[in-house]
Amino acid sequence: MNIKKSDSENMTAYKVRIGMYMILLYALVYFGFIVINISNPFLMERIIFGGLNLALVYGIGLIIFALILALIYNSMCSKKEAEFKDTFSKKGDK
Amino acid sequence: MAFLPIFIFVIFVGTVLWLSFYFAKQTKTSKGYFAAHGQIHWVVNGMAFAGDYLSAASFLGICGMIATVGYDGFLYSIGYLAGWMVALFVVAEPMKRLGKYTFADILDLKFGSKAIRVTAGISTLIISIFYLIPQMVGAGALVTPLFGFPHYVGVIMVGLIVITIVATAGMTSTTYVQFIKGSLLIIFSTILCIYIFIQGLSTEPDQGGKVSFYQYSTIQAKLQEDEITPVDISYVKEGEVTNKEKTFLKLSKDGIQTWWLKDIDLEGNIILKETQSEVRKSSGELLVNGNPASEENQLRQVGNLEKICNQSGEQEKTGSINPFEFLSYFTNKNTIAKRWESTSLKDGEDKVIIYYPVETPGNKILRPGLQFKVEGSLSEKLDFVSLMLALFFGTAALPHILIRYFTVKTPADARKSTIVAIASIGFFYILTLFMGLGAMSSGVLNLTSSNMSAPLLAKSFGVFLFSAISAIAFATVLGTVSGLLVAAAGAVAHDLLGTFRSIPMTDRQQVFAGKITAFSVGIIAIILGILFKGMNVSFLVGLAFAIAASANLPAILMVLFWKKTTVKGIVASIIVGVLTAVVMILLSPSMYTSYGLNPDIAPIPFSNPGIISIPLSFLTIVVVSLLTQEKNNIIS
Repeated sequence: MNIKKSDSENMTAYKVRIGMYMILLYALVYFGFIVINISNPFLMERIIFGGLNLALVYGIGLIIFALILALIYNSMCSKKEAEFKDTFSKKGDK
Repeated sequence: MAFLPIFIFVIFVGTVLWLSFYFAKQTKTSKGYFAAHGQIHWVVNGMAFAGDYLSAASFLGICGMIATVGYDGFLYSIGYLAGWMVALFVVAEPMKRLGKYTFADILDLKFGSKAIRVTAGISTLIISIFYLIPQMVGAGALVTPLFGFPHYVGVIMVGLIVITIVATAGMTSTTYVQFIKGSLLIIFSTILCIYIFIQGLSTEPDQGGKVSFYQYSTIQAKLQEDEITPVDISYVKEGEVTNKEKTFLKLSKDGIQTWWLKDIDLEGNIILKETQSEVRKSSGELLVNGNPASEENQLRQVGNLEKICNQSGEQEKTGSINPFEFLSYFTNKNTIAKRWESTSLKDGEDKVIIYYPVETPGNKILRPGLQFKVEGSLSEKLDFVSLMLALFFGTAALPHILIRYFTVKTPADARKSTIVAIASIGFFYILTLFMGLGAMSSGVLNLTSSNMSAPLLAKSFGVFLFSAISAIAFATVLGTVSGLLVAAAGAVAHDLLGTFRSIPMTDRQQVFAGKITAFSVGIIAIILGILFKGMNVSFLVGLAFAIAASANLPAILMVLFWKKTTVKGIVASIIVGVLTAVVMILLSPSMYTSYGLNPDIAPIPFSNPGIISIPLSFLTIVVVSLLTQEKNNIIS
């Protein structure tokens, strides 16, 4: 039981740590958007590609980036949970 | 009243009520009522998150705001979605792992403190009420074009239906209702966008031939002895008013008085542009564009592109275009959109509202600046930062979102349902851009309320699409209000009453107390929904986000991640967060406008309080916790 609890705590700590890194990364990109808007709003008018300006590319990019980060986070957490299940079942067998 | 809209509406509302009564039979315990027995599948819960979140604010408010102020409305989409990152990475799993029915469970986990439960319960009630207001306003806006009922009838309809839903089945029915509506909203919004791309852009939109395009007149004027008069002598000048740096002339022709905006053309000549007006005479009579208001004589729908990439005229149409082409037409500085703004003034005893055209080039439409003055003064820039902060930190602190983490089986399911929510909500928010800009350029905008832009755009493509989208939007309001009422009910039954009673309440008593609370809060929401008619629902939701972010999020984050947090720190942080946010909102320029006062004299210079109230709440929890360190009071 103690083995399971300790592993479970490690898994939780791992997920919390990954979550913190990811939220910091996203916050950095998000606040970058805010800073550009108040420091140099005209930059947002600049066409980046295909007739789309920086405001659109950055804004839609923030939405797509959110989904990509979310999927990476889920994949890392699911992998860790699978490892925990394996470890626990092996320890249980012994 | 058309038959089809009523039929579709009745089908939707009937299905919602049937679901409620069906699940009511299975809901006997408090866990069933407040947390759907913790047995909802994560995919269903994820879509229900989307249903909860894509409320009146998203569908009605954001689309309306994009249709009137362009990219500034899309900022809400960006911020609302970004908030889910905090929910996913920080709140989702701990919430499921540690909580039971309300977010107070987590705050209180290590302390068993009555003070925490009571303050968290009260803050949940206040946030729920602030979030309910825009939902009710949105419901009122929806029924007017659907049935021709006045705004207050819509508010009362939603209030009564939702009270019935919540008083019967609680969280299970709310979840399934939101799952269905969230899915339908995304599907029908996608269909609406496909219609927009197929139709393309035109400088003289006529709603598919249903409403002929109205060409507004421009007449020459001259300056004679410091007085502006029209060159065409068939117009007789009857008055002139300058308001907020705009000059309007009252002209009379064939006995009809109309208002004209003074402007200067490219050659430097004075011109007068036709406006639309509502004049309330001292006798009470209402004139619209100079004639008595009637079913036939209403304000004209507006919104069109004057030029598409420098081309104008009757034949200027793009034909079918893809989403990238659609956006690129709007970013082009040679595309000119005719937007409309309004001003109120007194003309003798008459109260006049003038709606006047503003021509805006594409490069200004698709970047921040039309509503949030990012090039303006420091306080105007701070207003923008404040909103973006509130949206980022607000989502993970909304009571009706937090309680949805208790409806799934495991913390991993909580995480996965959040990802389903992010994918579906993110996709929908990209669609808001197309729906908003589509409405801006299709001659469908209602001058008195931006909230109906997307449904009215759907109406221009046909009654079925309009009816389906309006019914879904109305049903979405029902679901969101249900979720908020369950959250409020949980706060009262579980956190407030459960704390004060010396004998613990039985399951049945908790459910009963929850239903009584749902009824009472529902009635309050109906009254406030009627009072706040006409305000943009997304703006109102932004305020609710600011209160949630200030009151709840600092407490949740610090409890989870700072070991020195104390009971007094949590209680002080919630109280300071709620009070600061609410007082700042009440003293803001936007509220002064709604009081009928001059917004320039408002003591708080910006409309969203987040930039002050969120850091202040964080500071409070840190300082008070450090000052009240006791051995058994610190989270170990």
